[in-house]
This record gives sequence, structure tokens and C-alpha cells, in this order.
Amino acid sequence: MEEKVKAIIKKYGSDKSFIIPILQDIQREFNYLPREALDALCANLGVSQSLVYHLATFYRAFSLTPKGKYRLSLCVGTACHVRGAPQISDHVERTLGIKPGETSKDLEFSFETVNCLGACALGPILVVNDEYHGQMTIAKTSKVLKSIGAKVETDEEA
Amino acid sequence: MKKLKSAKDLASLQDALRKGRDPKKPCIVICAGTGCLAYGTQKLIDNFRSEIAKQKLEGTVDVRTSGCHGFCERGPLVVIHPKGIFYQRVKLDDAAEIIAKTVLKDEVIDRLVYRDPVTKEKILHEHDVPFYKKQTRLIFGMNGQIDPTSIDDYLAIGGYSALAKALAGMKPEGVVEEIIKANLRGRGGGGFPTGWKWDSTRKAKGEPKYVICNADEGDPGAYMDRSLLEGNPHAVLEGMIIGAYAIGSSKGYIYVRNEYPLAVSNITRAIDTAREYGLLGDGILGTGFSFDVAINRGGGAFVCGESSALFASIEGRAGEPRQKYVHATDRGLYDKPTCLNNVETWANVPLIVDKGADWYAKIGTENSKGTKIFSLVGKINNTGLVEVPMGITLREIVFGIGGGIPKGRKFKAIQTGGPSGGCIPEQFLDMPVDFDELAKVGSMMGSGGMIVMDDRSCMVDVAKYFLKFLEEESCGKCTPCREGVKQMRIILDRITEGKGEESDIEALEWIGAGVVDGSLCALGGSAPNPVLTTIRYFRDEYLAHIRDKKCPAGVCKALVAYSVVKDNCTGCTACARVCPTKAATGEKKKVHTIDQETCIKCGACYDACKFDAIQVK
Repeated sequence: MEEKVKAIIKKYGSDKSFIIPILQDIQREFNYLPREALDALCANLGVSQSLVYHLATFYRAFSLTPKGKYRLSLCVGTACHVRGAPQISDHVERTLGIKPGETSKDLEFSFETVNCLGACALGPILVVNDEYHGQMTIAKTSKVLKSIGAKVETDEEA
Repeated sequence: MKKLKSAKDLASLQDALRKGRDPKKPCIVICAGTGCLAYGTQKLIDNFRSEIAKQKLEGTVDVRTSGCHGFCERGPLVVIHPKGIFYQRVKLDDAAEIIAKTVLKDEVIDRLVYRDPVTKEKILHEHDVPFYKKQTRLIFGMNGQIDPTSIDDYLAIGGYSALAKALAGMKPEGVVEEIIKANLRGRGGGGFPTGWKWDSTRKAKGEPKYVICNADEGDPGAYMDRSLLEGNPHAVLEGMIIGAYAIGSSKGYIYVRNEYPLAVSNITRAIDTAREYGLLGDGILGTGFSFDVAINRGGGAFVCGESSALFASIEGRAGEPRQKYVHATDRGLYDKPTCLNNVETWANVPLIVDKGADWYAKIGTENSKGTKIFSLVGKINNTGLVEVPMGITLREIVFGIGGGIPKGRKFKAIQTGGPSGGCIPEQFLDMPVDFDELAKVGSMMGSGGMIVMDDRSCMVDVAKYFLKFLEEESCGKCTPCREGVKQMRIILDRITEGKGEESDIEALEWIGAGVVDGSLCALGGSAPNPVLTTIRYFRDEYLAHIRDKKCPAGVCKALVAYSVVKDNCTGCTACARVCPTKAATGEKKKVHTIDQETCIKCGACYDACKFDAIQVK
């Protein structure tokens, strides 16, 4: 892990002012910010742990916990909100048993809400591992959740 | 590619590119903006390409992807040249038929043609569709004409001519003068006169000077900056280079949201190719002027759209704003003179330099010149991006261009200015839209999000939504913002749960005033706006929640109950099948019922019922 972190730091010329892009690359590499990677970052870039922790918790793009196999992002921008995103959020939460920002214990599902994906014609939008599902209803959400192996209690197939 | 050494080099390259293109050659243009891609357009593009290869048409038919055309509601969008036949809601497997009929035989496929929803008339060309016809697409119109990954496409429509004009024939002060004369105002929301900002940065002491493009478009429901950056990146870049020349800057940054991967990729490519062509880097177009641009991806914090927070983020710190008595034009990024403008502002610059301030100043109102791109979203028939001259009425935008409210429902309000803006009620629909008029009714231009709401949108819920958003996005530095917004949200939670008290409205106004006064940056300074404007225009709705414990729009869960209208129910079982808690039950062809104990008020039955047999009260 340390070697990968070192390579990322080198890419940015070991320049401390690039710490945010460096963290973004680490996040992309491991899908979250593992403790060991951050330790390696502090040691090799010469920055304090408190700074790294400050940045990692300040910016939404960073996560200190691992993400699930299926990453669900529900857009809760204003347009999606008035088109019923809160109901979809409740439904996902109820079905998967995890709140926005959480990952299921078996690391199958992560659920998060995002502020605006800018595809408002398709609202409400649910993105599962980069695949967009638009104009979501409770029934359509059930279908998507079922397709990724979640237990859904309705009879509706369509 | 040999670097361009002069304005003359550029002009002859543009000429050669234009002459090398046959306007009669069939070309399939597919919109590949994020909106259309979300419909699965990449597969459609692949289908077109493989069909062309299969039929061995590579040399005779071009396939081009373009930036966002704006009519996202009707995506995927395809235009077939040379005749410019406009197809909408194209299905992924329509590619073969379009090639066989429209490209090769000039036949129009009826089902893909746009039909006017009112007159039912078929409309063959994009520019005749009312959605487009009523717009003034000076900036956004280029998106459909070019492939954003091709600098040659941009050059062929006259791209970088404005830069050449400025470098060859204008003094830096002259460029600043021109922008001042055009009265261009910042499109990011503040509306500050761009020319004066340039002038201050130019005159400030300190080297180097920076120019920055703010593409941290965080307002939920606004996506015009992304569509410009991904659909026409060179226009933004050209604007920045001209700005840098006018200001005397050698280094620029584009701060773009990490959530916009396509925009990041297209602008990165644009920077690389502009450098190859000698339009960026050392000695631009053979002159002594040098300027280069770096990209900075944001970390997903709304507050980083604020100038001083954005500087902190580029410097590698958490995005927390600072006091504003020292202006960024004197001490901005790394404490050096910095000129920060929004994406759309930069994209206006080449147009002004090219056509002149006098021409530009003829468009718009007395104090707001030019056009503005809005993202028209929410409860609206034609969701999309629209570019209109300043001064157009809200009614024309919502009903003329937007096609009104879906399902014939009643217009209630339009929210402008994002979380810092306000909700404008029906009585102001005939108001002209510009910076000053919007401020007069308690809202603001903001970056240009327009979210339409109908009678099923609860204004107290909307106010709560924005406060929740701001509570999460407040950086926490100023206590009045961090704590005040939270307390306001708690009061709204109470009201929407039916536990509100008469004194709550006064408390909201009182706390709101404190938040405005006690916050360093505009996030806190405008945070109470959504609450204050909804109290101002929709006080009745607040009172209905507080006094009668009712939500007139049927949104606030604690205050509504779902039930079956016996006379309308056909026993189709649709509600029972979608109900996630099996609260809706009944036998086939018999009237259904909803058990109030187990009902979680998710609204699934309401959406599923085709016979208006579910009521929310």
C-alpha cells in the first residue's frame, strides 16, 4: 500500500499544496482512505495527521470507511426533491437497512445521497455503480434493488 | 501540429478548416451531454458507429458527438445533416433505421419527430421547436455545432478569433474598457461588474496575478456551467486567455467539481490541444504574452464556490472563507491579486470582444446586459437549459419555453438562486428577469437554477430542504451560521410534524436576521432567504401547518393520511402491488382499503393509481 501512495505523491512532485488531489487519487485507488495509506501519506509528504484528518472529514468526496460492492447514490437536488426523492430515500433505507452515508455490514451495499447530478430531466435519479436509473418511483426502485440482490417485500415486478 | 505564430496563421488555418468541410456531406450529430448520456446515449453512439462500419459508409457519412443541446427532457437527441432533421427520444436500437431511411433515402421517421404538444404539428428542425425558437442562444447555441473534444471544430466556427483580435489590435486596458462598456455582470450569482473586477486586479500591486474560472457549480438544480465546460470548453478557455491578457496574468486555474468527470476530461483535453496550437503557454500567437492554466478538482464542498474558500481549497487547505474587507482583487490566491469569474462569465468574453461592447449592450435591460442561461427544472414539461435575454418575463420562461406544468397542475412558485435564493409566487410571473428585479422580490439570480413547483409542493418543506442542505454544507467557522441555521431547521422540523407554535414564525425571522448579520460569507449571509421568502409569500401555508395541523400540499408526512376514494376505485390492485408495507389491500375488482396503522405514507399507491382513487388529506 505504501508503494502505491508513494507513487501518487511522486506524480505531484511531492508538493504539499497538491494534498487534495493526492487524497482524491488515494480515494480512487482504494475506494476509500485506508488508515495505513494516510499514515504513509503523512510520513512521505511530511504533513501532520491532523491536517489530513481535517481535509478527509471536511470534503464530501472522501470516506474513511470502505464502500460496498454496490454503491447507490441518490440525487437529492432540488428538482429531484420536489419530484419525490425523499420517498425513494426512505424506501432504499427501509429495504437495505442502512441510512444515507452508511455501508451494510456484509459490505454489499453503500448508500449515499448527493446534492445534484445535473440530469434533472431524469429526476429522481438513482445511480448504482455509475449506471443511471432515471424517473424513479417506489416500484422502479424495488426492481433495481432486487436486481442487485436486495430483499424487497413488494409483489410489483414492473 | 505546428504552433500558430500569428493572427494571420490562425485566420488561414480557420479558412482551410472551413474549406475542407463539405456542408452537403451527411453527418449524424448526437448530443453527448451528461443528461443525454444518463439516458444511455453512449450505446446509441456505438450503435451508429458500428452500423456505419457494417454498411461501409465510413467515408461518406460522418458521426459526431456534440455538447449538450439543452432540451434534456426529450433526450437522447440526434440531428441529421445536411438537412438538419431533428429527432428526439431516440431509442438505442433506432440507429440502423435512421441510417437506412433518413441518411440514405432522405425519408423522415415520423415517430422520432417532435410534435408540438398543443397544435400537434410536426416540427422537423431543431430551431423551429418552440423550446428553442423562443430562446436567444448566443453562447449555448454553439454547443450543438461542435464536437467539444475537437479544437478544429471550434476554430472552424471562428473560435479564437476574439483572442487574435485582442492580442493583435487591442491594448490590455482597451480590453478592460470594452468589458466595462459592455456592462457584463458576474454570472455566478453576485452580479458584480466583471470589467471593474478586471480593472482592480490589473491595477493591484503584486506578482504573479491569477485568473480563476469558478466551475464549482454547487447549487442543486443548476447545471449550465457544467454543460458549457463539457460542451464548449474552448469558449471558456478563450475567455480566460483574453482576461489574463487584459489583467496581466500569467497563471490561471479552473476549479471544477469532481462530480463532473466529463467536464474535467473535456477541459483537460481543450487545454492540451490549445497548448499544442500555440494558443496557450509561452508566446501565445507569436506575441510576447504567456499564460497557462491548471485544473483543480473540487472535493465536494458547497462552500468552495465562495471565492476565499475556493482559494483555500486550491492551496490545499479546508475550504473555509475569510473576512472580506481585503478584496480578492488585491489579495486572493496565495495572497496575490486574483480575478475569479464564473464559467458562463468567461464564455461571454470572446463574444463581447469579437462583436464589440456596443452590440452586446443592446441585449438585455438597463443594468443587466446580454443573455443568461437558466436550468429550468422541477415540475415543468420541458426540463432543460435555456438561454434567454435579460429582461424576459418569468411567464415566458415557464410557459412559453418550458411548456407549463405537467399533468395540467397549477403553478405555485419558482425557486431561483439556489439555497441562497427565494421562492417567487405566481403574482410576479410577469416580472422581467434580471439581477435587480429578482433581488427586489427577495430572491436572486444566483447561478441560474430555476426550480418550478406546483400545488403538490409544500413551501414549508422546501424551506426545510434548503436549511438542511445549508446545515450540512456550512463550514462551521461562524457560529451564527453553524448554530443558527440548525436551530431554524429544528423549528421547521417541528412545524412540519404538527408541533409548531404561533411564535415560531417570529422566531424564524429573528434568528434569520442574526444569521445574516453574523456570517462572514454569502453562504450564511443568504442562508435564511428560502425561509424568509416563503414566510413572506406563503404565510398561509405556515399557518395551516401550525394552527390547523394540515399540510395543504399533502407532503409533510406527519400531517397527511392516504385513503381510497371509493367511487373511483376499480379494484385494479395496482396500489396493493406497489405498497411496500402491504397497508393497501383488497380483492380484485373490489374497492381497496389502506390500513392507517401500517401505512408509512410513501405515496407509492398515489403514483401507481390511474383512476384518481387515492386521496391525500
